[in-house]
Amino acid sequence: MVRLIASIVGAAFVLVLGIALFGSVSGVITDPVAPTAESVAHKHPKELELASNGVFGKFDRRQLQRGFQVYKEVCSACHSLRLVSFRDLTKIGYTDPEVKAIANQWVIEQPSINPETGEPATRKNIPSDRFPSPFANEIAARAANNNALPPDLSLITKAREDGTAYVHSLLTGYTTQPAALLKEFPDIKTPTGLHYNPYFANLNIAMPPPLTSDGQVAYADGTKATKEQMSTDVAAFLTWTAEPNLEARHAAGFASIIFILIFCGLAWGAYQNVWRDVKH
Amino acid sequence: MSFPWAKQYEPKLPLTRWLDERLPVPRLVYNSLGGGYPVPRNLNYFWNFGVLAGAALAIQIITGIVLAMHYAANGAVAFDSVESIMRDVNAGWFLRYAHANGASMFFIVVYTHIFRGLYYGSYKAPREMVWLLGVVIFLLMMATAFMGYVLPWGQMSFWGAQVITGFFSAIPLVGDTIRIWLLGGFAPDNAALNRFFSLHYLLPFVIAGVIILHIWALHIPGSNNPTGVDVKGEQDTVPFHPYYTAKDGFGLGIFMLIFASLLFFFPNYLGHPDNYIPANPLSTPAHIVPEWYFWPFYAILRAFTADFILPAKLWGVLAMFGSILLLFFLPWLDSSPVRSMNYRPKARIAFWVLVADIFVLGYCGGAPANAFYVILSQICAAYYFAHFLIILPLISRSERPRPLPNSITEAVLSKHGGTSPAHTALSTAPTSHGAPSAPHAAH
Repeated sequence: MVRLIASIVGAAFVLVLGIALFGSVSGVITDPVAPTAESVAHKHPKELELASNGVFGKFDRRQLQRGFQVYKEVCSACHSLRLVSFRDLTKIGYTDPEVKAIANQWVIEQPSINPETGEPATRKNIPSDRFPSPFANEIAARAANNNALPPDLSLITKAREDGTAYVHSLLTGYTTQPAALLKEFPDIKTPTGLHYNPYFANLNIAMPPPLTSDGQVAYADGTKATKEQMSTDVAAFLTWTAEPNLEARHAAGFASIIFILIFCGLAWGAYQNVWRDVKH
Repeated sequence: MSFPWAKQYEPKLPLTRWLDERLPVPRLVYNSLGGGYPVPRNLNYFWNFGVLAGAALAIQIITGIVLAMHYAANGAVAFDSVESIMRDVNAGWFLRYAHANGASMFFIVVYTHIFRGLYYGSYKAPREMVWLLGVVIFLLMMATAFMGYVLPWGQMSFWGAQVITGFFSAIPLVGDTIRIWLLGGFAPDNAALNRFFSLHYLLPFVIAGVIILHIWALHIPGSNNPTGVDVKGEQDTVPFHPYYTAKDGFGLGIFMLIFASLLFFFPNYLGHPDNYIPANPLSTPAHIVPEWYFWPFYAILRAFTADFILPAKLWGVLAMFGSILLLFFLPWLDSSPVRSMNYRPKARIAFWVLVADIFVLGYCGGAPANAFYVILSQICAAYYFAHFLIILPLISRSERPRPLPNSITEAVLSKHGGTSPAHTALSTAPTSHGAPSAPHAAH
């Protein structure tokens, strides 16, 4: 009885799937999916070699400091970094007084309350503060950016596929819309206010090219600030903001693997010893 | 229960004697996981996965309890509280990555455990109850994992909750009412997040309870083995401890090696980048996909694209739940008295086709829903149902199994090329071997 009911249920599912399959196949034949501009022109991120890549990866602190400088002088005008605190900068090699100075001189002040009147106010940043957002709220951010919302950058390299390379590719990927693409898809001309970038999911991004010329940032360590260099450095910095414990994780990983390998060796020996006279 | 030759617990210390007369917990442990449980001597490495699943549950409960000390189940702060665990809690990144990847490890070992049961016929008489309880554990695990994935309150958390609870709205007439009742609102929000957290904390302990029943039910007939032949006598078994505790120790080491590699070096490999974007009810991700361990079932859901008497969505939901619920009937669908597929030439082919089929379904479930993957899902979903509900019942009637060995010992000895007279598995063991000192560390 169970088998009879089961075969009826099974046949019903197979029949319905057969009907669905017929619909899918005939749909493909009669109405094939036309390629879209995204499917033709969207590019995957370029390869990016960074010190933090791979299982032996470590951060290059000088590079992170350069990346921070790019964030501070370019990105922070629009993008928040709300999960990172000023004090965290000590982990990329700044000293306590330097961090204090960076916080104190940060252009955007920390929202606060006037202790006398209770009115909203702002105050200078201190190391324990998170990086303040450049906009008071989402509406203000959209109003200032042609209705686009600049995303928070704290986790951006983990929130995008192949994120570190993506940030680098996006920053250096701005180009004019290829004429061939426009010929193939005449109605996808990049609207005014948007910018063609093949690394962006729908090809047209609201952010204007942020890195416009070599030397836009005067690096404190004297490194030549090419566009390539600046975008690589800021991608490295944002890798750190997204995964600040990467080095501790790798180190703990090696210790754990060595410990577990020794454990495996002992366990294997115990296993062989216990079973030595039992055929199995 | 036990075989008559099972070793008896003998308390040696006054304290253990005193305890044994009042609350014989050591005796219980001895009889279930110690020297008092006789186990077939021929188990292969696939029999490690039950213990590994138990270890995975323990890892999840321990890391989960500590994470709950730092997590806040409130839609306004849940995402940030997870990030605070990652950044500010001592070793918080370790706890969270261990918990997230521990879930994947749990499913890897449980899927292997289930396929082991399918291949060696562990669901058949007299172990039906072991199998049924196992399916209950699997369902509870899926519910727990789903609700756990919602807790970080990222984009995939939110939209996953939206899609999964949306299944209930496929129920005719009362579906929407049920969905709203389950969520505590019209869309996933604080009420849903908070109750998911509550249930996510509760269900692992329910799982632990059902595992006790699962092991209890297992100990009535004793463990199955790769030949599927019943234990005939003392020569067929060895005591669980030290024989299988030693082997499980090594298995656990390999498990930890893979777990540690994932956790420390590729912690986000099995996750989805969108879950690092805070939940936003106004922005739908381009592709909503569940975690990898749900992909085969997600592919089955999406394979139903045609209305036929019932709406396509309802078919999909019925099929998705049906694909798991049918496992409850498996012991009666497969009527072959032979357990191990080693001796079932036709059923073995069907089994391996099923394994490949489920892998393809998994791939399709994780891929974007374009025509190619939908067609592939439809073919594979059809085989999945046909396998369990039509093909396996038919094969089990028509198939001529290969001759079975007379006993486990005979199978073992013929594998080693000998036909020495039957003696107990242990009777030839010399008393002392000058054992090296290192292995004692693992005892």
